Formats: sequence, structure tokens, C-alpha cells
Amino acid sequence: MKLRLPRPRGRRLFAAVAAVVVLGGAGTWTVASATGGDPPVRREDRSIVMPEGPGGGKDTVRIDTSFFTSGPAGERRPAVLLAHGFGGSKDDLRPEAEELARSGYAVLTWSARGFGHSTGRIGLNDPDREVADVSRLIDWLARRPEVRLDAAGDPRVGIAGGSYGGAIALLAAGYDKRVDAIAPQITYWNLADSLFPGDVFKKLWAGIFFTTGATSAPAGSAPAPSRTTGGPSGCGRFERSLCEMYERVAVAGKPDAEARKLLERRSPSAVADRIKVPALIVQGQNDSLFPLDQSDAAAAAVRRNRAPVAVDWIAGGHDTGLAAEQDRIERRTRAWFDRYLKDDESTGTGPAFRVSRTGGIDTTDGRARLRAATGTRYPGLRSDTRTVPLAGGTRSFANPAGAAPPAVSAVPGVGGGLSQLSGLGLGVSLDFPGQYARFDSAPLSEGVHVTGTPTAKVKVASDTGEAVLFAKVYDVGPGGQQQLPGQLVAPLRVEDAKDGRTVELRLPAIDHTFEAGHRMRLVLSATDLGYASPTHPARYTVSLAGGGLSVPTALDVRTGSAGLPWWTWGLPVGGVLVAAALLLTGRRRTTAPAPDPELADVPLRISGLSKRYAKSADRYAVRDLSFQVERGQVVGLLGPNGAGKTTTLRMLMGLIRPDAGEIRVFGHAIRPGSPVLSRVGAFVEGAGFLPHLSGRANLDLYWRATGRPAEDAHLEEALEIAGLGSALDRAVRTYSQGMRQRLAIAQAMLGLPDLLILDEPANGLDPPQIREMREVMIRYAAAGRTVIVSSHLLAEVEQSCTHLVVMDRGRLVGAGPVADIVGSGDTLLVGVAGPPSEVTVDKVAALPGVASAVRADEGLLVRLDGATVPELLVELVRLEVPVTSVGPHRRLEDAFLTLIGGSA
Amino acid sequence: MSGTTAVESAPGYRAGRTLPLRVEAARQLRRRRTLVMGAVLAVLPFVLIAAFAIGGDRQGRDGRVTLMDTATASGANFAATALFVSAGFLLVVPVALFCGDAVASEASWSSLRYLLAAPVPRARLLWAKLAVALAFSAAAMVLLPLVALAAGTAAYGWGPLRIPTGGSLDAGTATGRLALCVAFVFVGQLVTAALAFWLSTVTDAPLGAVGGAMGLTIVGNVLDAVTALGDWRDLLPAHWQYAWADALQPRPEYGGMVKGTAVSVAYAVVFFALAFRHFRGKDVVS
Repeated sequence: MKLRLPRPRGRRLFAAVAAVVVLGGAGTWTVASATGGDPPVRREDRSIVMPEGPGGGKDTVRIDTSFFTSGPAGERRPAVLLAHGFGGSKDDLRPEAEELARSGYAVLTWSARGFGHSTGRIGLNDPDREVADVSRLIDWLARRPEVRLDAAGDPRVGIAGGSYGGAIALLAAGYDKRVDAIAPQITYWNLADSLFPGDVFKKLWAGIFFTTGATSAPAGSAPAPSRTTGGPSGCGRFERSLCEMYERVAVAGKPDAEARKLLERRSPSAVADRIKVPALIVQGQNDSLFPLDQSDAAAAAVRRNRAPVAVDWIAGGHDTGLAAEQDRIERRTRAWFDRYLKDDESTGTGPAFRVSRTGGIDTTDGRARLRAATGTRYPGLRSDTRTVPLAGGTRSFANPAGAAPPAVSAVPGVGGGLSQLSGLGLGVSLDFPGQYARFDSAPLSEGVHVTGTPTAKVKVASDTGEAVLFAKVYDVGPGGQQQLPGQLVAPLRVEDAKDGRTVELRLPAIDHTFEAGHRMRLVLSATDLGYASPTHPARYTVSLAGGGLSVPTALDVRTGSAGLPWWTWGLPVGGVLVAAALLLTGRRRTTAPAPDPELADVPLRISGLSKRYAKSADRYAVRDLSFQVERGQVVGLLGPNGAGKTTTLRMLMGLIRPDAGEIRVFGHAIRPGSPVLSRVGAFVEGAGFLPHLSGRANLDLYWRATGRPAEDAHLEEALEIAGLGSALDRAVRTYSQGMRQRLAIAQAMLGLPDLLILDEPANGLDPPQIREMREVMIRYAAAGRTVIVSSHLLAEVEQSCTHLVVMDRGRLVGAGPVADIVGSGDTLLVGVAGPPSEVTVDKVAALPGVASAVRADEGLLVRLDGATVPELLVELVRLEVPVTSVGPHRRLEDAFLTLIGGSA
Repeated sequence: MSGTTAVESAPGYRAGRTLPLRVEAARQLRRRRTLVMGAVLAVLPFVLIAAFAIGGDRQGRDGRVTLMDTATASGANFAATALFVSAGFLLVVPVALFCGDAVASEASWSSLRYLLAAPVPRARLLWAKLAVALAFSAAAMVLLPLVALAAGTAAYGWGPLRIPTGGSLDAGTATGRLALCVAFVFVGQLVTAALAFWLSTVTDAPLGAVGGAMGLTIVGNVLDAVTALGDWRDLLPAHWQYAWADALQPRPEYGGMVKGTAVSVAYAVVFFALAFRHFRGKDVVS
């Protein structure tokens, strides 16, 4: 039989198929291979020759060992012996050994007799052979310079191992006083009880186990010695007496006293009173080979000897493997040795009792979640019992001839995948009608958590005088679906039962919650696939002998919070910290300067305002702009496209931040969202409405968004200005440009703001509407309010504005009353035949009463400063300028030219 | 600042009262995308019922048992199935849409600047937008299973939730667990919401924000499929998107949901902070 399967995808799958792990949990104790950054581990392989048996015979065996150390060579450190499982070899332990070596231990692994490259026969941990080998290994350790000594010849040493290797740990601690701590895992206390529970032969496990030992041959070496020394052909490397015992029992289908004696002599139970070292005892809940009562007996013995003991019931075992818990068990073992070998008192060794409970499946990775329940002391298998009444009178059922078909519970070999599901209530179990009796409880009014061994008293009668029963407790859900916790059964042989005998059933130890509404169902079956039961047909009659089912509840064992990784809490805290840092840093000018009471009546003062957009680092959109607007003015903000008008208005509304300078509205400096903006109504850069809502809803919602009282809105007045009529109740997306424009202006006027800003209001309006708009603005300002209108057309503003601010390329070009800027007809375009010469322009400019003269495309732009048009004409004629026409000039571009020219 | 020397604000104006949630909700509710989204989510259960009626019972692939196989067992089963088919992508859409579009759509309509000049303080505007977007997202997520539960109950009867892997939950418990599932799906989508919301403050194109958030969600899903990343995938929000299914078993398992919540909330908080940080100093030029 091949013992180690390739492991799927690097997971350390402990025995995907249970047959592989027969008595050999440690056969697959492996950890992930070391990563590059780990300190190097030295390994020394050697064969140590040992006497074959006691009494100084000449025969010897070679034991194959590996010695692992790491770190400084001269330093003495505690030693750890790692023992492998049945069917395995020292090679299985290498990763764990290296890990322990890195943690500061000298680690010795060895292949037991009959395994790996070691010679000799399998003696099932014979005290005279395998156990004696361990003592000799301890002798060897005592001579090593790396190993710490308690006394000469007495190294500080601990032993850990699983299954077969766990038993040797217990045995060595019993036989050799030099052992200082042990950590046996999923192992037996009494091998006879394990293979012959209730005096019933556990045929499937025993069969797998003995055939494994019989067929295993060392890789690349000579065939097993026992083959050549004769004996029954199936014995393989087994010692002959063991092999014969097995064959005898297997044929008989029931154990005998001699077989029991043979196994008990090799069991830790034989030295129960001598195991006095700190013991970490790990046992599997899904283990039909070495169930929890084995560890219970071991723990009780060690505790009687007054040594510290911790019991850890893991999820898994020989039936399902250990994959889910292997890392944790290795960590806990290391901590145990740190405490009791290194004497590191600060190391926590964990709770005295811990049990892994299976939660639901984590769908993210498809694995069952485990959470720990712990107790400060080991409760044993019968603590805090309560009785659950069972119903059912006398039941009669048949033992089928040939004991077939058998009922199914745990199935070694094929049970791996299936029984893994048992923790989730999905295990496969089967009883054949007519071959079992069942006794149900009423639906439980509250959930009952059973931790330990339920018991029940039953009266059993058999027409053959002998009965073999398999007792189990099902968890029956409200829908009738039944689940067998742990997939475990307790076999029991009852003899002299012709007239009925009352026996106490000790059911398998489990840790399981029977939920409220579920029933407990005691089933006594005549057969079980895993066990040998009588092949003679028989009729069994069973009845409850009072009391119902007595279940232990271990009230002191409490489920802790599920083990969540640190980042579960760390990540949100980190997130909040990062968020806080993001919000608290990178603020610009958090506090606005105090309001200036002197400016409380000044609607707008802009001083030194500059803005550069991020994308044009060299070009200023607005540069060093300063002007002031007084109450009651209608101010035209004039400038060609790109002059910086809109940027200025955006800054005024707090939409963008100036790079320098300040805007004060009624004395309050503007910041994004400054409350003073509530006194400003704005229409900038076109309308902004929710297209799916009607015009009326838009205005209504906008006003409600300001949070101000509805009666302050003056909605009707605004709507009148908009003049949209019935279109008001249509969705805005159906509006024309002009309709949106008017609605936007109406929105700006909602609440009759003290300062009204209109950006290019005439866009999209027809001439009558423009005229109307003009009148609205004039009326608005007449009531003491202030209006700022921006435009690139002088004609548009000059008739309604009282004042002008002229901008060009971000700079203020001029500011003042309209007349000052445009003049009342004092800028004239003088049509000239042919382009005027420089000299002519200069001469005109030098005339008295002329402020400036600039050459333009169609002639000469002249700005008068005192002179009248007739006077100018006379002078032009005198200068022999070929005048073709003279007229007032209204184009803003030319107004700029004159302004620029005037300042030049 | 008090207005003792100069009247600071218009009568009745209080910064804390601007843009009430009611108003913001009214502004968003009648949008076509809101209505379409609601309609899609409300109709989907009926489409599923029709599909099951036409398709009949089929075995799942590879003998794998999924919620699909028990979809027609009861109303609760149907609701769970509806959640199962939509949680991966369909329910991401409303979240990305409502949050990604929240600020960017206002910017694209130019209405943002009028709100800001009203003035609605920027932080308050974001809070209101965020609260309403999240409320709409939550409503979308509740709507689907609710309709599915009602329609499923009408079609398949009111009964216990049959769990595909065995066992069942009685109808009352199942309803409670489904509510928990929906709550987790919502919390799990907070990271999408936050990402979309942040992008919404960065770009003026609503589709950009919505698409960006959806895109990154897809990238997350793709990365989660890369098993080579190992435990690093635990830090991907997408890794936990089906953790709510852990509640739909006889023994609910909350570890995955707690972890998923932790991951989602951690990222979400950072993205929300980025949104606020970006928006408070942003030059609104749209």
C-alpha cells in the first residue's frame, strides 16, 4: 500500500483518504517547505545500531536518524524527539523538525523499527524494543554538545508525535525518567480497548492497519527481513506474535484474552502511574480508530500523577485528517515545549481544555470554519450531566445472518471525504430497517450542547444468548433528517443475555449541539460496517431501563469568539486613520478673515485678485484685479471673450479659489460656501437645471435647497420675469436656449438678493426680451439693490449700466461711470480715405481737446477731451486728413483700443 | 462669525439647513435612471420565475449543489436565489450608478455651481448627496429580494428555506437571515459606492465615474480569481462578495462577513475621505 499520496495543491492534507493514515498520523506531518529567508538548518543523518531485543543477544537493528540544529553550534539547547506515525518514516517529520530547530531546539527524528530505512520488525511500541530504542536515542542526545543537560547523561528532552508516534511519546515518558515533556497526538492509551472496544473486534481499521504494516517495504533497500525469516505470508515486517494474534482474532471475529494482554502490555496504560511529565494531549473528534475516551484516560492518568496536562480536541482525526488544524497544533506543541523545556514562564500554553467546534461553511473558500471553545479545566467525559427522556417501549430486531448488510457509520478508507462533512450535518450514515431499535426524545425545548459521553441503561435480550450492539445517538432535525455526530458508534458485546441483562451503554464521546426543536435518537444496531459482529442470525430485544439518555454538558466550556485575523479590526481602524489624515491635511486657509464693518454697505470690493488655472501655469486668467461696486449701481463688467470676466465671477461665487487677493461682499470675505453668498443671486455661464424636472419644480427645489423660508422666495415675481407661461410645467429638457436663460435669470432673482450677478444675460434672448431684461435690471437696482452684468458687447450694457468695469486679458483696463469709459459720443470713428500715416495720427493726437487718437481698420479712432465734433472736423481738415465720414463709435473693441491708447 | 457688525446672510439662511435630504431625494427620485433601475430590479424576479417555468428542473453542473437547485423550493429559496444571481454584478450597478452619478451629474447639468452659490456648504452638499445615494442604493438592494420573496411566495409557497447542502431553516428564521444577507451585500458594496462617489467628485462626466467604479469592481473580481495571490486576496473586497451565503446554513458562519465588512468599510472610509478632501478644495469650473 502506498502510504503517502501526492498532496493536492500544496495543502498539507493529512490523509485525504483515511486508510493512508492508519495509525500513522505523523506519516503526513509536514509543513510547507522553508522559504528562502529562514535561517539555515543543519541536518546530520546517521544510522545508530541498537540491540534487537533485551538480554544482550547478538542481533542488532539499525535505526535511521536525522539530527537537526540551527543557530550557533556551541550553544546547549533543549532537545525534542519527533516520532512518526504508522506507515511513515522520519522523512515525514523533516519540515516540522526544521521549524523546531529554528525555534531553538535540537531535534532528533528517527524511523521506527520496520519503517523507512530502519531495520527490524514492527513490535507495536514494544517496551523492550521500540521504547528501549528511544532511551538509547536519549543516551545519544546526552552526548551531543548542542544539547542542554539536566544532569550528566540526562538531557532536557521532550517527545512529540502523532498516532503511533504519540503512543511512543507516552510510553517513553513512562519508561524513561529523563523525558521532560510530551505532546502526543491522536493516539491510543490502551491499544486493546481501541481495537477491541466493548469486546468487539474493530475489523476494518485493524485490517487496514495490519495489512499496511505487512506490505510496507523500505524504499530502495532489501525486502523486509521478516519476509525472509518465514512466518505467515501476510505478516510482512510485523513481529510474528503480533501477526499471529491478528490473524487469530480476524478469523474468529472476536478478540480473546491473550490478544488483549499482548496489546495492553504495549500500551501506555501499562505505565499509567509512571507518566509524570507535562503532557499536551491532542485527540481528534472524527476518529473512530482512537476516539476521545483514549485521550480522556491518558489525561486522567497524567493528572493523577500531578503533572500539568492540557487536552485539545481537534476537528478531524484518523477518519478525516488534520489539515484544518495542523498548523495550530504545531504552534501549540512548540509553545508547550517553550514552557516546559525552555522553562519560559511567559509562554502561554493555552487553556487546560480546548475543543474545536465546527461552524458553518465559509463559502469564500469552501471550508468549514472552526472556533474554539475552552475551559479552565478539563471536564472529563461526564460533567454536568442531565437526563433527556427517551420514548419507546420494548423493541425487537434481527441480527442478519452473515452480519450483512451492515449499518454504516464511519468508514475508514472511504470515509475521509464523506465523514469530513459530518461536522456540518452532512455525513453518510445508514441503518437497515428491521436491524435496529430506536428511541427518540421529544423535540428539545432548548438547545443542548453535549460535550463528552452520553450514557443510557438498556435491557438487552438475545435468543442466542449473545448480543453485539452498536449504539449511537443521532441528531434528528425537525424535518426528520438525521445526523450522526462524529460518525461514531459504540460497540458492545453482551453475553448471557438469554433472559435479558441490563447494561449501561457508554456512547461515543462527542462535542455537538442538539439545537432546540431537534430530537436525540438513541439507535441500537445489530451490525456496523467497521466491526465484526456475530454471523449467526439472532433476534435481539431491547428496552430502556429507565432514566433516558444521560448527557454531559460541560457547562464551563465556553465558545470564544471566532478566531479572526488581526486585520479584521486593524484594517477599519487603519482606514479611519488614513481617512482622518486625508481630511486633516492639505487644508488651505481654513479661517476666513474677520468681516470688515466699514464695508458692510459695499456690495462688492475686489482687491489684488489673481488666478491662474492649474493647466496654464504661466498665463493668468485674472491678474491683480481691483475694483469696487457701490449700492444701487448697475455695473457692467465688460471685456472680450477670455478677458477673465467669468473667472472673476466664479471666484465671487466661491466656486474657485483665487491665488491671491480678496473679494469682499458686504464686508465679508468670500470663501467657498460663505454664508454671505445667500445675499447674492447669480446667473453665471448659462443655466443649470435638472433636465428631468419642470421649470417650476426646478425653481421650487432650488429654493428649498437654500433652506430659506418659502415666503421669502418671491417665486411669482421671478416666474413673471421668466415669462415661460405654460412651458413652466414641462420638463426643462424640452426648453429652448432662451427659455432656459430666462428661467435661470428668474432663479438668480429668487429671494430678491441684495447683489444680483448676471453673466451674459442677453445670450439667446430676442430683442424685445433684451429690452425687457434691461428694464428689469434698472428697476431692480432702483430699489437699492446692486446688479452686475457681464458682457462682451458694449451696446448691450451701456443703456442699462451706470458703471463699467472693463477687463482685458485678465487685467483691469478701466473702471468708472459709463460716461467716463465710453464717453457720451466722445469716441469718434473718423473715416479716412486710405490708411492714415503715423505722422497724421500723432498730429491728431496732439490736437488740443483730443485725449487720444489711434489707427483703426476703417480709419482713425479719436477720443475727445473737451473738443467738440465740429472743432475736431475743422482741425482735421486743416491737417489735410481726407475725412470721408465722422460718427460715434460704439464697439467695445475700439473702446479698448482708445482706452489702451489713452493710457499709452 | 456673527453678523453683529455686518449682515452676513440673507434672512432665514442657515448653513445647516441647506439642501435637506428630502429635497435632494426629490431631486433624484424622478430621474429616468432611478426609475429604470427600480423597474429592472422589480421585474427580474418575474423573469426568473418565467425562466424556471420554461426550463424546468435541471441538475447543477458537476453535481455541485448551488442555491439554483433549490430555487423553486419556497419563496425564501427563491429570494435567496435571486440574491445569489444578482449580487455579483446586477446589484453593483445601482450602487455605482447612484453614487457615481451623484456629484458628476450635477456638474454636467451645471446645477452644481448654483447649489454651491446658494450657498450649500460643500461638505454639507456631499453629505446630502452621499446619504441620498446610499439610501437609494440600499432601497435598490432591498427591492430585489423583497419582490423576489413576494413573487416567490406567490409562485412556490411560503415555506422553510431549503439549503442546497442539506437541512433547512424555518421561514421566520430564513427571512431574518435573508435580511442579514441583504445588509451584508449592502455593506460589501460600500467600497464600490465610495469609489464611485470619489470619482464622481473628480470627474464631471457621470458615466466616467460610474464606469470607473464598475471597472475597478471587475478588476477586483479578476484579481480574486488569481489564486496565486493566496492570502492577499483576503484584502480584496471582491473576495468576500458571496460571504453572505454563510448565513444561509443551519449554523450561520459570520467570520467571512465580518472580514468582508472590515475590508469594505476600511476601503470605503478612505475613498469617502478622498472624496471630501478633493471636493472641499476643488475649483468648480463646470
